[in-house]
Amino acid sequence: MSTYDTLRHFADSWMLLLLVLIFLGVIVWAFRPGSRGDQRDAATSIFRNEDRPARDGREAAGKEARK
Amino acid sequence: MWDYIKLAVLAVIALFAAIAANYGHDLAYQVHAVLIMVVAAAMFIFSLRRTGDIRVPAPANEYFDSVVRAGVIATAFWGVVGFAAGVFIASQLAFPSLNFEWAEGYMNFGRLRPLHTSAVIFAFGGNALIATSFYVVQRTSAARLWGGNAAWFVFWGYNLFIVLAATGYILGATQSKEYAEPEWYVDLWLTIVWLVYLAVFLGTIIKRREKHIYVANWFYLSFIVTVAMLHVFNNLAIPVSIFGSKSVQVFSGVQDAMTQWWYGHNAVGFFLTAGFLGMMYYFVPKQAERPVYSYKLSIIHFWALIFLYIWAGPHHLHYTALPDWASTLGMIFSVMLWMPSWGGMINGLMTLSGAWDKLRTDPIIRMMVISVGFYGMSTFEGPMMSIRAVNSLSHYTDWTIGHVHSGALGWNGMITFGALYFLVPRLWHRERLYSLSLVSWHFWLATIGIILYAASMWVTGIMEGLMWREVDANGFLVNSFADTVAAKFPMYVVRALGGGMYLTGAIIMCFNLWKTVTAGAPKAYSTAVPAE
Repeated sequence: MSTYDTLRHFADSWMLLLLVLIFLGVIVWAFRPGSRGDQRDAATSIFRNEDRPARDGREAAGKEARK
Repeated sequence: MWDYIKLAVLAVIALFAAIAANYGHDLAYQVHAVLIMVVAAAMFIFSLRRTGDIRVPAPANEYFDSVVRAGVIATAFWGVVGFAAGVFIASQLAFPSLNFEWAEGYMNFGRLRPLHTSAVIFAFGGNALIATSFYVVQRTSAARLWGGNAAWFVFWGYNLFIVLAATGYILGATQSKEYAEPEWYVDLWLTIVWLVYLAVFLGTIIKRREKHIYVANWFYLSFIVTVAMLHVFNNLAIPVSIFGSKSVQVFSGVQDAMTQWWYGHNAVGFFLTAGFLGMMYYFVPKQAERPVYSYKLSIIHFWALIFLYIWAGPHHLHYTALPDWASTLGMIFSVMLWMPSWGGMINGLMTLSGAWDKLRTDPIIRMMVISVGFYGMSTFEGPMMSIRAVNSLSHYTDWTIGHVHSGALGWNGMITFGALYFLVPRLWHRERLYSLSLVSWHFWLATIGIILYAASMWVTGIMEGLMWREVDANGFLVNSFADTVAAKFPMYVVRALGGGMYLTGAIIMCFNLWKTVTAGAPKAYSTAVPAE
């Protein structure tokens, strides 16, 4: 078989399967239990650190800092 | 040490450019060689005067905003240039006598058309993307831009690329690939600039102080990475001579066409969509002062868009030498793309849920919302037009041009205007914009302009599509090509009028932003520090 055929068969079998699984994995990961807090934290991160970077030795004032 | 290496490199570049200007085979190449010689010589003198100076290290506790300010100015400037070029070539189509005798070969429609498309997509859109991505990645990473002055190299290098591309088109240096017209040496230069851009962006993300990489940065990063890949593969070409602008493509025939539209459609998908969605996911929630409607949806939106868009290119090649399976594949993926696109649109619009009253009071949010609305409209129109049967009517007609402009003027233009109105008071530390009523004027001029543009192109596009395929009882074509041209005249005038309104709105915006910076009161700083 030519290189083209080999690559093509690989692309429409194992690679296709892998990409579909990655995509499904992303969806499962987004809906995983306990993701809500992380996602809320990420969604509100745009309202922090508006004027200057987070200072040395500290994480940005995220979830941990607010506890 | 670094200073001396830099001086030596600049000197070699200036010398080689001088030699190239002398031996150059064509006018465009010679003009570019002189341009590069002047730039390199000026930078040499500038660097020489600063050699040995004591440099104050950049304060790490501040954001690198000067390059964002320059990017905002460049965006507004190139926007007006690109829109003006568009209005002019639209008028040339309506009134061919505007292809002046004395400027033949330089200012005729064929030379100015790529100038217009590159000026609006790459100069206006590109500068907007670079400036906003630098702004957003710093705020959402809580870190200063990585790489020191590399960000300035990206800004100036990118704008040099634009000047080289634009002057090249006027003087006839083109490889005749739509949206990828610049010749080989300009492509090589853009590759260098783009890799530095990737390094700066990725470097900032790596040193971020936030745990999570905010979704806008995912979109920006996918835009940078994919454009690098597309640009390199579509521009694989061998120069005929190192002293000439002409090059020969490595691919030929249908492979070349497929590579070109794989590039061309993903330029739409990743440059004009993914990059601008990055803007949407930051500026819409910021202006609405509430987080994005659903962060889950934004994750799925991102991955679905990335997985599907890359396959959509073949729908540009229906009924060509491309195998049917390939164009069917492109068509199916284009139709599937409708879903993530509308998912993103819903996410942007619903961010305003509970704050819909802002639409009445805040013309900037109105601009962003209509932008997302146009995104939804053109991402419905696009999949529909990619269906083979629809495409047989729409392809090669003005419907395509109308579709592109409802996306570009409506979605890309309006979200960029919204971002500029958001950024200027913050970047120049002003209390507020100079005038909100001028923003409203801009909003209505632009919106009515787009509606005139899109509506006239629907009418003329469908009309010419139907005229081309009309046959009489004996099977002969009824209309000649010139008949369709004559029939389109009124719609061409309306289109130029719509473009003129859009341009007027952009000029009003420039005036408003200028007055915001020069006449606005500086923001009063409060000394109170928030409790931690």
